[in-house]
Amino acid sequence: MKLPPAFSADAACALPGPAWLRERRLASWESLAACEAPAESEEIWRYSRIDDLDLAGYRLGEPGYAGPIDPAGLPDGVAELVGAAGPEATVVVSRNGGEASVLHPQPGLSVSPAEVRPLGGPGEPIPAPSGQRLDAWVSFNGAFVLAPWRVTVAPGSALAHPVVIVHWLDAVGAALSPRLEVELGDGAEAHVLEVVAGADVAMLVVPLSELAVGRGARLGFGQVQLLGRAAWQLGNQMSRVASGGALRSMTVALGGSYARVRTDSVLEGEGGDTELLAAYFGTGDQMHDLRTVQHHAAPRSRSDLLFKGAVADEAQSVYSGLIRVEKGARGTNAFQTNRNLVLSEGARAYSVPNLEIEDNDVRCSHASAVGPVDESQLFYLESRGVPAAVAERLIVLGFMDDVLERFPVAGVLPWLRRAFADKFSTRRPH
Amino acid sequence: MSDLVVEGLHASVAGREILRGVDLRVGGGEVHALMGPNGSGKSTLSHVLAGRPGYEVTAGSVRLDGVELLGLPAWERAQAGLFLALQYPIEVPGVSVYDALGESMEAAGRERGRVRELVGAEARRIGLDEALLTRALNVDLSGGERKRNEILQLAVLQPKVAVLDEIDSGLDIDALTAVARRVAQLAAESGTGVLAITHYQRLLSELAADKVHVLSAGRVVQTGGPELALELERTGYAAYGGEQEEPGEPAVARRPRPLV
Repeated sequence: MKLPPAFSADAACALPGPAWLRERRLASWESLAACEAPAESEEIWRYSRIDDLDLAGYRLGEPGYAGPIDPAGLPDGVAELVGAAGPEATVVVSRNGGEASVLHPQPGLSVSPAEVRPLGGPGEPIPAPSGQRLDAWVSFNGAFVLAPWRVTVAPGSALAHPVVIVHWLDAVGAALSPRLEVELGDGAEAHVLEVVAGADVAMLVVPLSELAVGRGARLGFGQVQLLGRAAWQLGNQMSRVASGGALRSMTVALGGSYARVRTDSVLEGEGGDTELLAAYFGTGDQMHDLRTVQHHAAPRSRSDLLFKGAVADEAQSVYSGLIRVEKGARGTNAFQTNRNLVLSEGARAYSVPNLEIEDNDVRCSHASAVGPVDESQLFYLESRGVPAAVAERLIVLGFMDDVLERFPVAGVLPWLRRAFADKFSTRRPH
Repeated sequence: MSDLVVEGLHASVAGREILRGVDLRVGGGEVHALMGPNGSGKSTLSHVLAGRPGYEVTAGSVRLDGVELLGLPAWERAQAGLFLALQYPIEVPGVSVYDALGESMEAAGRERGRVRELVGAEARRIGLDEALLTRALNVDLSGGERKRNEILQLAVLQPKVAVLDEIDSGLDIDALTAVARRVAQLAAESGTGVLAITHYQRLLSELAADKVHVLSAGRVVQTGGPELALELERTGYAAYGGEQEEPGEPAVARRPRPLV
């Protein structure tokens, strides 16, 4: 992939940090340069807006913009979301992907700005599922990350309170690479809320969240994206679950102009369990783009995916997902469901589920639906005297509710319901 | 006393005329039964009165206390005082009866905060487990529970006129008694006018009708007292042209469809 001068190897090497981090950046930069430039002609980028990206239009986010920020200085909506995780939550707020301060540490938890040992073992970062190419933007993040945030939970520790990581982004015209690495030791338990939020300025945001769940460990991970309407996001979430481990992960996408999250989930140990969830709502000319891989590499593992979204005005959404079951991953249970509401004539939702199964002894299913609000449901509520516009709101929010109520961090549900209601109210009436 | 007046009502579904000049008048506190063979237009009439999309009204008027309902959207007809209890109550995932009735009461200028208390009281009267009501509307409810739930909503909303479309279908005898009793009370105590569409005299042995109408081929062809229902039970509809082709519901309910 040809990179503009602002994103050269020299630029990556010039970023500050310890020697090991600079080495990691260079290695990532090399894999980035070796990638083919992502293009809509590739299946994994089909329906996306990647051909509209002009990387030369952005500059590298400089360390000068980065630094700790007081949570009290966050905009109301973001501060309320952080507050919803509870007064005793550990809170880390980083600005523009840089250093941060840590409030309310907890026993068994280590939150540090950088770690020598990458989560992917000798390779870095967590590798792509077999048969899948590592996303170019994973390498981009690795090449230009300022301060990878590492949340480590000691083996056997169950954190009493959630951990909240806020990436506050406000560097005009910059490409920013916020990074979160979550590692749960064997038998550990934690709930992590990651907030990707920003000022209403043009930016390219390339976040990477890596989740490593140890044997018998349990991780609840929720990511809420609240970027401004001029921001682009090219995000990745990569997880690996060891034997007997369980991950419940949810992506909530509300902001951004074009906002993509690719979720690669690898069940690498026997009896691992993942729930992959997403809720998204686009208005105006937004596009939310969600790609998933559920990769079953070990026997008796289970994955259950439910992605639900709505599009209004001229907004678009894309869901494409792959369930891949390796030979030998017998006794796999894998489910994939994507449902979309299309709230106006000009809006569009694409839904493309896929299965790739190499073993016989498996139970897999997928389902997908795209359609408008059901007329008979509208009529039913109207026949009770509910005004038409209110009936539509109730139905849309009701549609989202079964996924919202599975948000992995307790206390956040009322905030989410409000956020989706507010989002609904910003669509143009029809 | 309120008054629903239907005059010369003609309506079509997909170009086919189903109602061919219906005339009816239901006064406040009165209970009317509407009977007739399959396909005579009974359900169509209930949907046309309530303003369900997919029906084309070609002539006639429907006035409630002098207010013309035709042309109003369904919710404004409901706010004007018309309630339709559906034969097949519709599932609305994620929306509870409290949400729906709360919004309706708010739109009517009633105190929304009372919705829990009112729903709770009606649930006890109609014999519906209140725990079922925290679920989404009609989701995972049995046929009988759905019908009780329709009457619960009717009682909370206290409309001027209630159209009950086969409220007795799928009910066991206990549920039928509970439903009929509550409807009779609303007519007697709240002055609700009732138009009960039914196939069976059984409902009318519980819910005393002041008048019985026979709908056939889209027209009210006979009106009488309760004895008419008993006679129909004995003789059937042969005298009224027997069973007609079922028009079914119009194909406008757009459901989520898979994307190619």
